[in-house]
Amino acid sequence: MLTRAERQRGYAGGGLVFAGIVVFIALAVFALLSFNSGESDRPFFDAYVWRILRFTLLQAGLSTLLSVALALPVALALARQPNFPGRIWIIRLMAVPMGLPVLIGALGLIGIWGRTGVLNSALATIGLSEPVSIYGLSGILIAHVFFNLPLACRLLLAGLERLPPDYWRLSASLGLPARSIFRFVEWPAVKPLLAGITGLVFMLCATSFTLVLVLGGGPAATTLEVAIYQSLRFDFDPGRAISLALLQIAVTATILALMALLPTPKNDSAATGRAARRFDGSDLGMRVWDGTIVILAVAFLCLPLISIALAGIRADLVRLLTSAIFWKAAWTSLWIAFLAGVISLTAATAIINARAAIADARGPGITARGFSTLLASLSSLVLLVPPVVIGTGWFLLLRPYGDVASFAPLLVVMINAMTALPFVMRVMAPAFATHRQRTARQAANLGIFGFARLRLIDLPVLISPIATALSFAMALSLGDLGAVALFGSEELVTLPWLVYSRLGSYRTADADGLAFILAILCLALTVAGTAGHRVGKDGQQ
Amino acid sequence: MRMTNTLLAAAMAAVFSVVLPAHAQEKKTLTVYTYESFVAEWGPGPKVKAAFEATCDCKVNFVAVADGVALLTRLKLEGAGAKADVALGLDTNLVKEAIDTGLFEKSGVDTAKLTVPGGYRDDIFVPYDYGHFAVVYDTQTVKNPPKSLKELVEGDPSQKIVIEDPRTSTPGLGLLLWVKSVYGDKAPEAWSQLKKRVLTVTPGWSEAYGMFTKGEVPMVLSYTTSPAYHMVEEKTDRYQAASFEEGHYIQIEVAGLLKNAPNRELAQQFLSFMVTPAFQDEIATTNWMMPAAPTEKPLPEAFDKLAKPAKTFLMDPARVAKNRRAWIDEWLAAMSVN
Amino acid sequence: MTASDPSGIRLQNVGLTLGAQQFRFDCELPAGAITAITGPSGSGKSTLLNLIAGFEMPESGRVMIGKRNVAALHPSERPVSLVFQDNNLFAHLDLFTNIGLGIHPALKLSADDRKRISQALTRVGLGGYEKRTPGTLSGGERQRAAFARALVRQRPVLLLDEPFAALDPGLRQTMAALLLDLHRETGNTIAIVTHDAGEVRQLADHALFIDHGEVTLQAEIEVFLMRRDVPGLTEFLDL
Repeated sequence: MLTRAERQRGYAGGGLVFAGIVVFIALAVFALLSFNSGESDRPFFDAYVWRILRFTLLQAGLSTLLSVALALPVALALARQPNFPGRIWIIRLMAVPMGLPVLIGALGLIGIWGRTGVLNSALATIGLSEPVSIYGLSGILIAHVFFNLPLACRLLLAGLERLPPDYWRLSASLGLPARSIFRFVEWPAVKPLLAGITGLVFMLCATSFTLVLVLGGGPAATTLEVAIYQSLRFDFDPGRAISLALLQIAVTATILALMALLPTPKNDSAATGRAARRFDGSDLGMRVWDGTIVILAVAFLCLPLISIALAGIRADLVRLLTSAIFWKAAWTSLWIAFLAGVISLTAATAIINARAAIADARGPGITARGFSTLLASLSSLVLLVPPVVIGTGWFLLLRPYGDVASFAPLLVVMINAMTALPFVMRVMAPAFATHRQRTARQAANLGIFGFARLRLIDLPVLISPIATALSFAMALSLGDLGAVALFGSEELVTLPWLVYSRLGSYRTADADGLAFILAILCLALTVAGTAGHRVGKDGQQ
Repeated sequence: MRMTNTLLAAAMAAVFSVVLPAHAQEKKTLTVYTYESFVAEWGPGPKVKAAFEATCDCKVNFVAVADGVALLTRLKLEGAGAKADVALGLDTNLVKEAIDTGLFEKSGVDTAKLTVPGGYRDDIFVPYDYGHFAVVYDTQTVKNPPKSLKELVEGDPSQKIVIEDPRTSTPGLGLLLWVKSVYGDKAPEAWSQLKKRVLTVTPGWSEAYGMFTKGEVPMVLSYTTSPAYHMVEEKTDRYQAASFEEGHYIQIEVAGLLKNAPNRELAQQFLSFMVTPAFQDEIATTNWMMPAAPTEKPLPEAFDKLAKPAKTFLMDPARVAKNRRAWIDEWLAAMSVN
Repeated sequence: MTASDPSGIRLQNVGLTLGAQQFRFDCELPAGAITAITGPSGSGKSTLLNLIAGFEMPESGRVMIGKRNVAALHPSERPVSLVFQDNNLFAHLDLFTNIGLGIHPALKLSADDRKRISQALTRVGLGGYEKRTPGTLSGGERQRAAFARALVRQRPVLLLDEPFAALDPGLRQTMAALLLDLHRETGNTIAIVTHDAGEVRQLADHALFIDHGEVTLQAEIEVFLMRRDVPGLTEFLDL
């Protein structure tokens, strides 16, 4: 269906992005490895590494299972109730945890679930003296569900909304009960997405660091990421850091590969991309069930956010908002986020186009198919490369060429773009695939190519997923401290950096205020990102 | 489209304004590598910079990284090529490793007048402030604070404390050494008993102190000087440091002269300046640590109310460097048993 | 055959507003007959079908199927089978499952049911296609499968919304013939929305003409085809 030129451009773009990512990572690793630190006397795979590896996998596995399993009923309920009051705001709120600095999220969670949090205080008033403790595995799980359920839920909901509205009419007229609708309609729509979503959430949980330590209750809860950080910081043993990072990548990649082996039927149905009218959601019992699920999920998500907001409001917001450093940081954060988002979207588009070009070719060779798989896995596995490894490696590489502080902003942008890539791919790839399916023949038939195709055919439809992906990527990058902390200089001050620097010098109230502003900023981004979405009912026959 | 272009142009401008190095100044520039909170608007940095620039006819340029550990890592990464004249903000636990890098040389500063407890002397590094590690507690919930490390270890397990991880933070390492100093070979037993009181172990001081001020936990490992911040800035004496009979472990912050300093004389001048009142006067209420040398202005009243350790622990940095890994493994073993 | 027969359909003063458009239907679709529903685009043909099927709830009036007012019933509770222009089958399920869902919505099928599915497939000319998925079939084959499902459902009323519109003319003829055969075997009541005057002539016993949300003519097919006084109808028939 593609012209020769289009296919070649697809290959070229994919190859370029692939080479770019590989070189970006490999150079950093090479620089680190060739740096002689003079100490590597420690046996690599000792009992300690074995123990934290097991814990990393255990907590990531359980966290993923819970996040996705709980996200499913919420997504089903939201899909079934397109007219649920405030639905669009519930969906928007789901982007906020992603943009929060992790520590702020943790403090918000502690405000609700902690020893002196709302929950335990409530239990105490009804006479239960022994507080519910979240410190330990349970705390890690709660926190990971808080951060990842919204992500999983949004991606699942998008999948459900891509089903043709006729399916719901058909189900209603066949009188399919809820269980059958789930078994024959919803589950088949959701199932092909699960491997990708589960993989993404698993990687996020496996590389979790601050949450695991803060809520883990002691060093028994330690992930590989902690050991990587430790070996680059206190021990300064780059060889060990890289070995640990490779172990993390290898084990996780194996698990993801095994998951990918699970059969995922190809879903070739057309899609509409809008919340369809549902006939199975009007029944009273179903409304009560869906309402309960959604309200529980909203409470679970919102209570910590409210606790963050309440703490934030108590801060001296006027002083914070009028300080020069705040505006400098906000501006820096926003343009870093914007550039990172744009680069990430560009790379994702190139990967998607390359894979489409390969799929389009008649009888693609084993090399081409292998390359397609490689592109897909690379675009998610980049999440496992610790930013501290990339940052330190590039620091070493760039040092001979001038003041590293001057390269820092570009590096931070690149690292953030890389981290956002898996998220951007999850949002854009299905939407692009559906769009291509619906328009490829017509466009080819009418001879609409290049810029005209982009302007007339692609952009009007894809602008919505593109906006969503950009807001995802920007929120992610806004809340990220990691990359900035490596280079921190007076010139490069971001909002999370401000939050942490306030926390680091007794100024907790200021930190609360800034975190609140950051959360509002994320919400504003999501509102922009979902602006094209259907808000309420009407609009269909 | 216009909008996009403007945005892009602005973004590019922002990139290049940072990327292009600042143009040459006529005055000499002293480059000081330090940590972030030192140069914060409320930190000592701005005032110290102004005071020194008034005397030296030069410009002071701070390059700030996250903390002392990151500072050392940065120096190791840059090696002899570092543009720094002075590294300010290492602490006694990092001194041995810093000397081993071979990047520093003798400061030539007269440290005779220093008032640092524990008798720390070093002809390479210049101490500029210090603090004792201490358990800070909330007087509203803790009515009988522990009076010794022993009482902390053996106290009511339902009264919790949050501590920092020695693998990732200096206060965490400080507590590890403190317990080792007091308990010696019995440290693992002490840790397994203290474990019952430990609510959680955070990666750094910020997380722990944030949980403490949010009321989640009534005790936190911090510094004897922490209550001064609350008394001076927030006018509350709700948070206090517990004075321990055995004594307290000390953290001394130091600065050093780099061998390849581009402005050697200026650097030495700055290091000497650091132990004069012009520098020391600022430390107490900006860095919230104790000044290491005599001041001209008296310290705020709040500092008189702080716990005054009767005894100061400080291990030989070489011994710490040699045993750190074994002691951390010991700590891990004791703390990981359920 | 009267309207009180179990499968006759009657809309009595049915009123409905969708957006800016108002609908008012008052009509009768005789039991056991094929009624064609025609009219210009956007006149309300599909809305009429949706009212009978239960996808739209009337604001006023009664929707009678046999002696029962079904206006408040859920689509699945109405004695109705449906075939749309497209998407009649779940694309990811094979034909056996798609048709089986018409017998039992949780797919609890007896050996007898399984036999009926195979028979229905054979009847519509798709014998042995049980394991095929809709994506591997042609448009005509997909509509045949939809008919097979309507067959096994054994509902007295069959509603068709432009079922052949996506097919080429030759195929339309064949499919219309098949529909007619099935109708003769089952004696069900059929309402078919169509744009095609040829289809009306070939299939219908009875016809409705809808214009601007109202039924402007309802008559036996012979009468319907002769009328020249209804605005829009002549253009439609001459097309």
